[in-house]
Amino acid sequence: METIVFSLLNGVIYGLLLFMLSSGLTLIFSMMGVLNFAHASFYMLGAYFAYTISEASSFWLALVFAPILVGLVGALVEKYGLRTVHVNGHVAELLFTFGLAYLIDEVVKIVWGRNAVDYRVPELLDFPLFELFGAQYPAYRIFTLFVALAMLAGLWFILNRTRWGLIIQAALSHPHMVGHLGHDVPRIFMTVFGVGCALAGLAGVIGGNYLVTDPAMAVQMGPIVFVVVVVGGLGSLMGAFLAAMLLGLLQTFAVAIDARFADIFGWLGLSETTELGSITIASLAPMIPFLMLVLILMIRPRGLLGDREL
Amino acid sequence: MKRITSAALAAAMSMIAVSGASAETLKIAFIDPLSGPFGPSGQAGLNEWIYAADQMNAKGGINGNQVEVTGYDNKINPKESLVQLQKALDSGVRYIAQGNGSSVASALIDAIEKHNKRNPGEEVMFLNYAAVDPSFTNDRCTFYHFRFDADADMKMEAVTNWVKGQPDIKKVYIIGQDYSFGKAVAAAAVKGLTEKRPDIEIVGNELHPLGKVKDFTPYVQKIISSGADAMITGNWGADMVLLIKAAVDSGFEGPILTYYGGSKGAATAMGEAAVGQVKAIVENNTNLPMSDEQAAYVDGYEAKYTEDNYYYHRIHNAMHMLAMAAEKANSIDPTDVAFAMEGLEYESPNGVVTMRADNHQILQPMFMSTFSDDVTRGVEHLTLGWKSGPNDRIEAEDTRTETTCKMQRPKK
Repeated sequence: METIVFSLLNGVIYGLLLFMLSSGLTLIFSMMGVLNFAHASFYMLGAYFAYTISEASSFWLALVFAPILVGLVGALVEKYGLRTVHVNGHVAELLFTFGLAYLIDEVVKIVWGRNAVDYRVPELLDFPLFELFGAQYPAYRIFTLFVALAMLAGLWFILNRTRWGLIIQAALSHPHMVGHLGHDVPRIFMTVFGVGCALAGLAGVIGGNYLVTDPAMAVQMGPIVFVVVVVGGLGSLMGAFLAAMLLGLLQTFAVAIDARFADIFGWLGLSETTELGSITIASLAPMIPFLMLVLILMIRPRGLLGDREL
Repeated sequence: MKRITSAALAAAMSMIAVSGASAETLKIAFIDPLSGPFGPSGQAGLNEWIYAADQMNAKGGINGNQVEVTGYDNKINPKESLVQLQKALDSGVRYIAQGNGSSVASALIDAIEKHNKRNPGEEVMFLNYAAVDPSFTNDRCTFYHFRFDADADMKMEAVTNWVKGQPDIKKVYIIGQDYSFGKAVAAAAVKGLTEKRPDIEIVGNELHPLGKVKDFTPYVQKIISSGADAMITGNWGADMVLLIKAAVDSGFEGPILTYYGGSKGAATAMGEAAVGQVKAIVENNTNLPMSDEQAAYVDGYEAKYTEDNYYYHRIHNAMHMLAMAAEKANSIDPTDVAFAMEGLEYESPNGVVTMRADNHQILQPMFMSTFSDDVTRGVEHLTLGWKSGPNDRIEAEDTRTETTCKMQRPKK
């Protein structure tokens, strides 16, 4: 019982964090066709900015300004970098973001050092919220949950209930048409790229102290974010949301289940002493995202809710 | 243009000639992760090797030869390590230093053994400063491998001895990294606990993937719901930092017995909450009584590398023992040095340290250190640090374990 409750809670929180990271990537990917390799680096920047701001003032200011700063950096990258590279086609864009990811990595190492920085949970939220089956549940995790839900609601509202959202949705599928109607498509692209990066930044702000803020965090998170986007399907925020939740839940449940292959396939005659039988389900957890990626590309290449082929 | 090139070439040639005329340089290749999740651990090791070499050079070097340490990034990948080893060999290196990851050490031991067989007269020596899979000084021992850290079994001996004196501990959870080292730790823990405290129930024995877990909370909640009173882990690097952070955040209250609680970043992640709770079995901590000379050495290191704390005391020992062996042999040829190293005794700052001749495993005093807020030297710019009381010292001779090693020595 406690396993299920804990895994549900942890899985949902991890899933929401993943969604926060990948929502921006999905937007950028489906609108501009740019597979932004540097997306996880913006997540890392968000965490480091938040660390610096909260050292100088408070976490709450960081929560507001770090994502804005990251968004600005993203917008500048789009305006002065990607836009120039764009004329040379998608491969050039891909390589550009690839290089950018390394660049940000190195800059972070130079500015903040190679070690994890002491980016802490704010004191106001640094207490156990409730106790479940003997284990304390940190308040900050629940806070993370609410921030993610608020972001989700905000994003949904902007995209579905405002004029801006309408234009963005139109530009997603028919950029030329939107341009002919007199909208400044490059500016829309810049805004979307900036907002996408800001969302990644926000994920960094709350993920940086929930996990650890170190120069390796971008490299660790990067591949998983891509899995979410591909599994969810191109151009579908809902798909990304589903994929992120699925991934979060699957991974935490796999860790929590105390079983070996032999326990599950024992009826096939698999014994616990064999190589295969002694593999624990928990040890498969890190493999799950990539297994999902491979399966989805084989069975349903456009992703769970995508409307386009890759 | 051509003239300039040839002039430069001539200049370069004369430089080589000049340096060749003086003593040789003793080159040590440091092959460890310098990037990625274990990068900080590797970089700290490299810094200490370089510092130890600088200090040695200031005193006239090893047997009159200057020491040079070069870092090679192996990304903690055994295959990449072999590429880096080849690079090092190509640049004339005869000494290899490595420590992070027994998986890597295992590959290097095999490769070096092969190299030494195929290239008589150009043998390479392996200075292992932290890879603690016990098999390297047992079944798989080789003549050119020397380990300057206590192996996983020796450390677990100390950990289980400590548990023996704690009647409150009834249930223990063992968690570790899924590779040879983590498995060795788990096996040693099970063996030690069942021998010394048969009443203890091992409520969990789990391996997680190396360097891939970002949030240990699910693991910790599993540990808490198992009812464990104490946790034993061999984790290091990011795996240590994240595990301990999750344990503190979820309110795990029992003692956490570690090998590498001193991993870089762990103290920061633990903070005040872990004071008195986290223990580490180590060969040194900076709050032990120190001679002025040793204090100056530590201060010099921390002044030079402000981001680091003095941690790998065994590197200091390794460098000094290398120097002693070379002077004893009056040579810096690895074969001569290796023979001189066997059975070598060194008066280290913490007591006498001996390199066993039968399996090339070091015997040194060990300390059960506790994370404390009552320290003179903090770590990671905190007022918290590691200290050990008078009863926490384990004499070098008491760490000796039986070995299955049958050392094959080359002909002198």
